[in-house]
Amino acid sequence: MSAEPNKAKPGEMLFVGLLFVASAFLLSQIGEQAKFSAKGKLFAQPAFWPGVGVIGMVGFTGLHLLTHMRQRAKAGLGNEVVIWLRALEFVGWFMVYVVLVPRLGYLPSTVLFTFLLALRMGYRGPAMLGWAAASGVAIVVIFKTLLGVKIPGGALYEYLPDGLRNFMILNF
Amino acid sequence: MDLLLSSFDILARWDVLIALVVGSVGGVIIGAIPGVGAAVAIAILLPATFSLDPIVGLTALLGIYGSSMYGGAIPAVLVNTPGTAVNALTTYDGYPMTQRGEGRRALSLAYSASFFGGVFAVVCLIFLSPVLAAIAPHFGSREIFLASLLGIILVVLAHRGQILIAGALACFGIWLNTIGLEPIQYSKRYTFGQSWLSGGVDLIVVVLGLFAISQAIVLLVDKNRAPRTGTLSGDLFQGFKELLRHKRVASVSASFGVLMGMIPGVGEFTAQFMSYTAARRGSKTPELFGNGAPEGLIASEASNNAVPAAAMIPLLALGIPGEALTAMMLSVFYVHNVVPGPQLFQNQMDFVIALYIALLVLNVMVVIFLLFSTNLLLKIIQIPTRFLGIIILTLSFVGVYSLRNSTIDCAIAAGFGVFGFILKRLNLPIVPIILGMVLGGIMEAKLRTSMMRVKTPFDMIDRPIAFILFLLILVVLGSHAWRMWKDRNSTENQ
Repeated sequence: MSAEPNKAKPGEMLFVGLLFVASAFLLSQIGEQAKFSAKGKLFAQPAFWPGVGVIGMVGFTGLHLLTHMRQRAKAGLGNEVVIWLRALEFVGWFMVYVVLVPRLGYLPSTVLFTFLLALRMGYRGPAMLGWAAASGVAIVVIFKTLLGVKIPGGALYEYLPDGLRNFMILNF
Repeated sequence: MDLLLSSFDILARWDVLIALVVGSVGGVIIGAIPGVGAAVAIAILLPATFSLDPIVGLTALLGIYGSSMYGGAIPAVLVNTPGTAVNALTTYDGYPMTQRGEGRRALSLAYSASFFGGVFAVVCLIFLSPVLAAIAPHFGSREIFLASLLGIILVVLAHRGQILIAGALACFGIWLNTIGLEPIQYSKRYTFGQSWLSGGVDLIVVVLGLFAISQAIVLLVDKNRAPRTGTLSGDLFQGFKELLRHKRVASVSASFGVLMGMIPGVGEFTAQFMSYTAARRGSKTPELFGNGAPEGLIASEASNNAVPAAAMIPLLALGIPGEALTAMMLSVFYVHNVVPGPQLFQNQMDFVIALYIALLVLNVMVVIFLLFSTNLLLKIIQIPTRFLGIIILTLSFVGVYSLRNSTIDCAIAAGFGVFGFILKRLNLPIVPIILGMVLGGIMEAKLRTSMMRVKTPFDMIDRPIAFILFLLILVVLGSHAWRMWKDRNSTENQ
């Protein structure tokens, strides 16, 4: 058995190549981004450990590229990159949810998020959509109402009547 | 005796008992659902335990950590899909047994072997405690630095076939940990003038991104799957009787689990591989292995369940995590103001023993729960994977946002989610990043402290334990170089 695999997966060389370029950029910035004074021991320099990290990244990714250069990657790079990009859609969903919580409140945002994402994922039946919304309610009740995790009340709650407003801010 | 009473006193609280029940039952359920796993659950729940007492938060998360593998055996045996990654070997013999109509027997054997492995490891931990308490104070800065270095080398070398990329990712973790204000001279490192980077990149944010958000994306992007399971009838106790017939296999496998669990960076997979090989060699029917051998199933489950308790040894005694889950558990300890390391054994031995007892109790609770609720768990396994993805993504928000209500943290976690997703797509390892972050931080602090007291590099290894650790590093690197040379020769000869 060889120490490294014989054939790279589609996208592996691209990924490692990008990591190499990013590492080389970080290494080029070390003089600017970390202090290295003439006095003091090498190990005590603030730049020592970032240096270990970025030099290691450049070295290992560079060696990976060198050792895999002659190997032909499996076909399907384009498909693989498309799948990577599809991940960005869900990052978008997640970030919209993050932005909505302080505005709409944790409970409305969560129920809306789980319900709409369930729709997006192809669930159309009332049972699954109901489960999605119910899961949203359950998550809020468990984490905010029962465990008291710190999530601020929504700006929308300010428009509620006094008693209800406090109740919603504290629990949902 | 006073120590034991004091330990029981720590645990004898209703909130601790509830945490233990919730953690252990929750761990089994999470482990039973393919695509979730203990890492995701601990990452999400960790911030939720901030407001709890240390022992309450710790027992809940310890419960998840110690019990998820029990649950992971259910889909591995019944639908050929491991609930957690470490149950993969269980499918080799568990699923063929199910196909032969012996699903109940296989599951019962998996429970009993897991129980034996878990309890065996806790007993080892209890007996090793006096030794650890005696040795741990001899670990100064240089020894902890060398042990961390050994840990990181082992983590990288454990990824055979991916060593270079594992090394690069470990170094990425080391670099990530250095972002922000440097603790001694307060100079900024790699902040690029951005004030939001001054506080550094939080380990929990990275963990949530790499484990939870990435897993949610994997489930959302992949095709929808909903495993179909039948129901099991009859009792599940017979496995305990059958285990007695294979006590040698169970003991050897659990011992491998304990030994491998104690070594940072090695963990369940190596323990399972060694146990499985040993069980096959010692079997009268080696041809059955991979086709439904009870010994194979016992070897897999006894060894993987012995690892969590054993992995607590370097974590509690030295503060050095050996794999991703113990790295998360280290964050759990830190968050709850419990600092693992030599001082813990000297000053809070009752707390340590309370944790051992909690581990023992959770194994008993889990097995009782499983014996009576397996059919209920079979229904939970059938949750469609995309639906799970929605739930994990929703829960990831609680994990990240509740840390400090920061949108930037959420964006960073989302970024690491995509990074983790790509790593998972390419079958590249995630664990080296986490261990690089944790061990990198430990190494930086300990090297700095130890270098203040040494004049030449040789002084670093002038104490017995430091010298032994240094020799171990040389042996590990040397044996790896030798293996590479042997591999290359055999490839050239072919």
